[in-house]
Amino acid sequence: MTSDVLILGGGIVGAACARAFLKQGLKVTIIERELIGGGATAAGMGHIVVMDDSEAQFALTKRSRDLWDQLVPELPSSVEFERRGTLWVAADQQEFNAVSPKLSYYNSRHVSAQLLSAQTLYDAEPHLREGFAGGFLVPDDSVIYAPCAAAWLAQGANIIQADVKTIDDGKVTLAIGEQHKAANLIIASGHYVTQLFSTIPVKPRKGHLAITDRYPGQVRHQLIELGYLKSAHGDSTESVAFNVQPRKTGQLLIGSSRQFGADHSAVEPHMISKMLARAAQYLPNILNMSIIRTWTGFRAATTDKLPLVGRYRNADRTWLATGHEGLGITTAMATAELLTHLIAKTKAPIDPTPYLPERFPQCRT
Amino acid sequence: MRYDAIIIGAGPAGLAAARAAKHAGKQTLIIDDNHGPGGQIWRGRDGIELKGVDRRFSTQITDLNFSATQIILATGARELFLPFPGWTLPHVLGAGGLQAMAKQGLNVQGKSVVIAGSGPLLLAVASNLKKAGADITLIAEQAPWSSLLHFGSQLLRWPSKLTQALQLFNINYTPNLWPIEAKPGEVLMSNGKTYPCNYLACAFGLLPNLELARLANCKIENGFVKVNRHQQTSVQGIYAVGELTGIGGLEKAEAEGEAAGAGTATLGNHQDFVKLLTRTFKLRDELKQLAQPDTILCRCEDIPFSRTTQCSSMREAKLQTRCGMGPCQGRICGPILEQLYGWPSDSVRQPLYPVPLKSLIQS
Repeated sequence: MTSDVLILGGGIVGAACARAFLKQGLKVTIIERELIGGGATAAGMGHIVVMDDSEAQFALTKRSRDLWDQLVPELPSSVEFERRGTLWVAADQQEFNAVSPKLSYYNSRHVSAQLLSAQTLYDAEPHLREGFAGGFLVPDDSVIYAPCAAAWLAQGANIIQADVKTIDDGKVTLAIGEQHKAANLIIASGHYVTQLFSTIPVKPRKGHLAITDRYPGQVRHQLIELGYLKSAHGDSTESVAFNVQPRKTGQLLIGSSRQFGADHSAVEPHMISKMLARAAQYLPNILNMSIIRTWTGFRAATTDKLPLVGRYRNADRTWLATGHEGLGITTAMATAELLTHLIAKTKAPIDPTPYLPERFPQCRT
Repeated sequence: MRYDAIIIGAGPAGLAAARAAKHAGKQTLIIDDNHGPGGQIWRGRDGIELKGVDRRFSTQITDLNFSATQIILATGARELFLPFPGWTLPHVLGAGGLQAMAKQGLNVQGKSVVIAGSGPLLLAVASNLKKAGADITLIAEQAPWSSLLHFGSQLLRWPSKLTQALQLFNINYTPNLWPIEAKPGEVLMSNGKTYPCNYLACAFGLLPNLELARLANCKIENGFVKVNRHQQTSVQGIYAVGELTGIGGLEKAEAEGEAAGAGTATLGNHQDFVKLLTRTFKLRDELKQLAQPDTILCRCEDIPFSRTTQCSSMREAKLQTRCGMGPCQGRICGPILEQLYGWPSDSVRQPLYPVPLKSLIQS
């Protein structure tokens, strides 16, 4: 079978790519081992967020958030889009001191943000524990239910449920023996990419999440500790950070944890314990809420915290779209846009250089 | 304390296992989520003998975070619900559920009750509710006369079961009849007649409570835990007894429990009766077509039948519609989807029951 674009992996990134190429009138096929939006996309939180770890991360997340916002009028209700805003909580004066520079950084790049004093912090989120120094609110960030978003984005693509056996430039052989060819092949299979190309510098980084029963109105914004980046971007083998998301259902999604080197998907009680204890330090009233489910997932992490978007080595027809770590829901949109420009050799709205795989020697030759 | 045997479930199978384990000299603990021993069948019964056995009641097992030389799963069964218009109305209850509520103090004196569904449970529930003063106006068994007559003739092989069946027989027992639609205070049956009722109690058969066995990765075959003659599952040290290995009633449950506790092979052939029950009370296809597009399938998440028709697996239904993602974790709608679409169950996740968040924080 022949397509214009063949996408390996039907997570949010593959699905966003499918939509971008379908919009160009191309014939798109997605090969997915399980279900559209069923892997890390379903395991994660569904947070659309601007992040500022680096200039490149800021540019990619901001552009992606803009692209999501353009889609809002079309999103079906199942996607549960809600403009919750992200409220970064400053635990102490030291963290609060970092808020002012952050504010000017965002404002100078045309992203609306507000500094919250201790008083306004508790007006915004009355159930936070007493004694925090303040916060940083990014009101235009939002929340979606990602599995339905992925299914919606992938509409119109030809979807094949199969495992991939081998790939060659522009050609894929499925485990069931079928061969598929395409003018361009996009690998959007998260950390599974290393099963195809073992040298690609992406490692699985395990995360745990827990979800409560319904407690509507208890939390209004996506709440994250300002120390989150220390956890997200540190390299320690195990870390947790406070990250709570209110769902449209009234449930609270509670995260987050990060582990390198964990290769089994089992829920680990000691990680759940650390993660929930951290969350309860910020939101004490969750201690009496019911947890109805816990689970794990694997992020696709790179060493420089930026995804791999672009040509793989000197292959003519093979492109990477992976390594989004915990930001795939957000950055799927700009990733897809970048790829359309890279393939068409046209100028993208943001500079693609920082995300090109060739920055790693393993992806160069 | 390190136990030689931990038994989960204090119904007939678990109690037999506990006694046999104790008798064999094992340090034994029995755990059950009810207030006392007896399971569903002997709920609230006084004087159940458990000398020398440690016990923990009112205790839900939410995760397999304990160990013992031998763990015996005796988690029993629950009723199968099938969706029909009105099945979520307040007067429609599970048959076993209504019986349990009556035992725990719900006053059914003088209340009219229609019991509908399939299997021996219907007559047992009718008998108990009648003793509690309820007026059983109809017992609708979906199985046809031919199946029931065959069942009756086969029961001659099990005289004690035959005697029990005769004792339970009720004049209002009507085969070949099933509910079509419930409305407040009444139910329309498949014979076209409407029956007024204070309660409509339904049970379309029994389902093993497989959640713990699944969490322990025990092999499940045709909907039941696969065991050898010693009741050992595919996982070393974990045993399964009673309804988990096949819906077969009291004698089977006790024989299997005793064998697992004592460390011997199970006496007698119980699978013939299991097969007879399965064949007799096989659900008719009409029952799987009662749900209308707006009939709720997942009660926790309010998911109607129409939203599941685009899906092709349990996992897809969960991800795309949230069916089975609520507090009951798909205990009700999972088996319904399996009946309606033939989808096998999805994996289970801890906690098996909702738990207070603070209980997941280790001190």
